[in-house]
Amino acid sequence: MLKTRVIPCLLLKNRGLIKTIKFKDPKYVGDPINAVRIFNEKEVDELIFLDTTATLENRKPNFQFISEIASECFMPFGYGGGIRDVNDIKEIFNLGVEKIIINSYAVENPDFIRKASELYGSQSIVVSIDVKKNFFGKYEIYTQSGKKPTKLDPVEFAVKMQEFGAGEIFLNSIDRDGTLQGYDIELIKKVSESLSISVIASGGAGKIEDFVDAAKKGGASAVAAGSMFIFHGKYRAVLINYPSPGLIERILRDSFSI
Amino acid sequence: MIVLINYGMGNLGSIVNMLQKIGADVIVSSGVEDIKKAKKLILPGVGAFDNGMKNLNNSGLLSILNDRVLKEKIPVLGICLGMQLFTRKSEEGTLSGLGWIDGEAIRFRVDPVQKDLKIPHMGWDTVAMCKQSALFDDMYQEPRFYFVHSYHVACNDKNDILTKTSYGYDFVSSLQRENILGVQFHPEKSHKFGMKLLKNFVDRF
Repeated sequence: MLKTRVIPCLLLKNRGLIKTIKFKDPKYVGDPINAVRIFNEKEVDELIFLDTTATLENRKPNFQFISEIASECFMPFGYGGGIRDVNDIKEIFNLGVEKIIINSYAVENPDFIRKASELYGSQSIVVSIDVKKNFFGKYEIYTQSGKKPTKLDPVEFAVKMQEFGAGEIFLNSIDRDGTLQGYDIELIKKVSESLSISVIASGGAGKIEDFVDAAKKGGASAVAAGSMFIFHGKYRAVLINYPSPGLIERILRDSFSI
Repeated sequence: MIVLINYGMGNLGSIVNMLQKIGADVIVSSGVEDIKKAKKLILPGVGAFDNGMKNLNNSGLLSILNDRVLKEKIPVLGICLGMQLFTRKSEEGTLSGLGWIDGEAIRFRVDPVQKDLKIPHMGWDTVAMCKQSALFDDMYQEPRFYFVHSYHVACNDKNDILTKTSYGYDFVSSLQRENILGVQFHPEKSHKFGMKLLKNFVDRF
């Protein structure tokens, strides 16, 4: 039986690792290559890297830098940020990346997802959706690193992306980002119930029990976290950490067998 | 020298990265001369069966591959689709496979009662040994490997089965017939477990 994947999600700005709260106040937290080495030693299930400024700066992915990261990644590795061209996807795969993650451009040009999944297979194409609740409590998708409202409903858009060939949906709650207060289970449940493909829950994880909630109550196939794996203690000291495989497995298994 | 066969299918970068990490002498090539000189071969592969076979057929490598693997019996390791191409055929396509292994690739038959089992089978899973092989020599405790696939191999000769993995039911997660080895999972993305397996392939075959 498959284990629920637990995925550190690391944010890049230029060549530095950052962490945000509700997509704001980026704080520099260290060197990405060093972080990868540590996560490698800790045998993480998978790793996601998002270049948070590529799209905003209207530039291509930094291939040289991706290559440096990939050569240290002996686990599945997903990259997102600034991808708008199928040839760029091919180049990224050749560097040793398994999955590419598309966010803003999937909204701008949904057919790109169809084209990419036909060329490279659904299993390697992840659509990332950033969601914020509006004044009326309605979920809405934002693009451009959370800066641009789209009026799109996350469930409808996720279903469309599945039809277009996306292999996974990376579902991120902007409101919960960096808060360590737990996932938005309602959002995760709404989206995962409507899909047959995997949902990676993201935004808000602060403890292992949050993973269990996202998987068990929310129906997520995988869980991502940023701050939880980067910060330690109430003063948010930078300390890269990851629970031992045995611990995650035991807690998840115990909760599922109830 | 190990030749990692480049036939336009799959993530060669990851495999090269890990082989370099363990100090293996590896080149990426689609050249007949390189394959003639190779001590071992690796056939990677991500994507559709027919695309893989079409590319292999068009590469002009089939006869040299058959010579080296079937007559000279040099070790060959198929990874994911690469292993599926070793069989006779696949439900995914209409082209004939390499036919080195008596079996075929079939789509996961998921029990509708267990509809929470998503296809593809994607993530970390364990393997249960069915016979001894140097490929798993000195393996770390509780090995786990990373899988991404919608099809799996069904062997006609049960003696070819090296490990099984359970996803709704037991399927063949690795196989070995003399010098022909195949793994459904991705050792190049499976941490120390995959590194050990690849090192065994490099050192012990």
